[in-house]
Amino acid sequence: MTDILNALVLFMNFVGVPALAYGSQLALGALGVTLIFGVLRFAFFAHGDLMAFGTMVTILATWGLQAMGVSLGVLPTALLALPFGAAAAVLAALSADKAVFAFYRKQRAKPVVFFIASVGVMFVLNGLVRIIIGPDDQRFADGGRFLFKVGEFRDWSGLSEGLAIRTTQALTVVAALIVMVALFRFLERTKMGKAMRAYSDNEDLALLSGVDPARVVRWTWVIAAVLATLAGVLYGLDKSFKPFTYFQLLLPIFAAAILGGIGSPKGAVVGAYIVAFSEVMVTYAYRKFAMYLGPQDWAPEGLLQLLSTEYKFSVSFLILVAVLVTRPTGLFKGKVF
Amino acid sequence: MSGQDTGGPLLSGRGMIGGYGGADILHGVNIEAHAGEIVVIVGPNGAGKSTAMKALFGMMPLREGRVTLRGADITALSPQDRVKAGMGFVPQTGNVFASMSVEENLEMGGFLREDDVSETMEMVFSLFPILKEKRRQPAGELSGGQRQQVAVGRALMTRPEALMLDEPTAGVSPIVMDELFDKILDIAATGPAILMVEQNARQALNIADRGYVLAQGENRYEGTGADLMADPEVRRSFLGG
Repeated sequence: MTDILNALVLFMNFVGVPALAYGSQLALGALGVTLIFGVLRFAFFAHGDLMAFGTMVTILATWGLQAMGVSLGVLPTALLALPFGAAAAVLAALSADKAVFAFYRKQRAKPVVFFIASVGVMFVLNGLVRIIIGPDDQRFADGGRFLFKVGEFRDWSGLSEGLAIRTTQALTVVAALIVMVALFRFLERTKMGKAMRAYSDNEDLALLSGVDPARVVRWTWVIAAVLATLAGVLYGLDKSFKPFTYFQLLLPIFAAAILGGIGSPKGAVVGAYIVAFSEVMVTYAYRKFAMYLGPQDWAPEGLLQLLSTEYKFSVSFLILVAVLVTRPTGLFKGKVF
Repeated sequence: MSGQDTGGPLLSGRGMIGGYGGADILHGVNIEAHAGEIVVIVGPNGAGKSTAMKALFGMMPLREGRVTLRGADITALSPQDRVKAGMGFVPQTGNVFASMSVEENLEMGGFLREDDVSETMEMVFSLFPILKEKRRQPAGELSGGQRQQVAVGRALMTRPEALMLDEPTAGVSPIVMDELFDKILDIAATGPAILMVEQNARQALNIADRGYVLAQGENRYEGTGADLMADPEVRRSFLGG
């Protein structure tokens, strides 16, 4: 019995908790991608770099606050700096829309043109981030490291395996939950939220009903940019900030949005957790886990790891391809990508 | 509301000429509708029926001619502004928000209204009781006939004085078609002018006060529904004998 419990705790510590946090970060990113796709009808490839941009400004503001001696105690100072980053990301998104996408909207360009233009925006943001903060790893987490540590859990439970939950992991899950509930309430209950859904569902009919497209587009950028910054800051706190990593996050984020059904906010959230859990579960070495569950004094020969962690992005890629081939509308009947 | 009413038609399009950029589709079409009247536009495929209706609603720019509502010239207004001015339009396809609930569809219909829409919604529900039952269901999951009811209900939410329907019975069964026509009679009884394009010409002319027969972008015949039905020429050429 204790062996099963030990196996469970081990699994939670190395798969459950990290994947839950990672999934929450992906969900916030995927929500932005899916909203932009629903309303503006194109795949916004600069999303990863928008995350990096917002996070970069947050980091700079965090350093500033730290230099002034401001702190939030147990919580990371970055939370105080987040509004600055979010505002900068909103500004960047709205500027990109005004300078680039508005032009193509007027031309009634095809989605693929928007998509390629968004790759251009991606390079610009990409370059800006590297010029300002550089391509290297930045750590900006402060405050309490752990909610509870492995040793503390062991003492409490009497098991030989322990479970640790980092402050940033707990913060990620709680923050993501609050923001998602708020976003869904906004989309379900408010006039603007309904207008966004209507516009995403049937543009012509929404226009006929008197929905102002300019306002819908503006709100979409604001929401997507704030979500992107939050996702980026939580990811950076949980792991670390590196511009290239954020660019790479584009793949799991799109995999999540498409798996859920692009254009469907619910789908984006569900897709994000599925992608996160798949990635972590496939790259986890199950050796010790199997030892607890197998017969006594038995040990498997290998690590029991399906895929080395360097290849974790292939999991998203595989999911992406499988969904596009078998069910392009995704789990929640989104638009066809 | 009736400040400019001079006893003339509520909605009128005169000498409408135009097309979608290329060659003209309408070559001088005249259509008018009075309050409380059901007016039907029939004609063969490609006659410009739907185009004429779109021109009245501002969805197709006119090269020549003018459109008036209550005597006021609205030729330059956008479709959205025409909704504000008191017109409602039910497109033939894509006329509901499929992913949104029936109730939300109706709310979107009243999007432009600043006042309380609940009374109008109750009116729509009493007109289409099935919609009240299914108010929480996504419109995309309803049957074709129910979906048309949502579409008409959505357009009614602004309490239009002129309601335009583009082939409301396209793709529904004959029974559902009769039901829809009954509902349209009920709506007309509450006051607005109703203008519709119909493929099912006989049944539509049966409930119509007046009808227009268009062919090749021009007015061919016009008269009361009964007159058109009785006209042997119209019957032979346009109603299939």
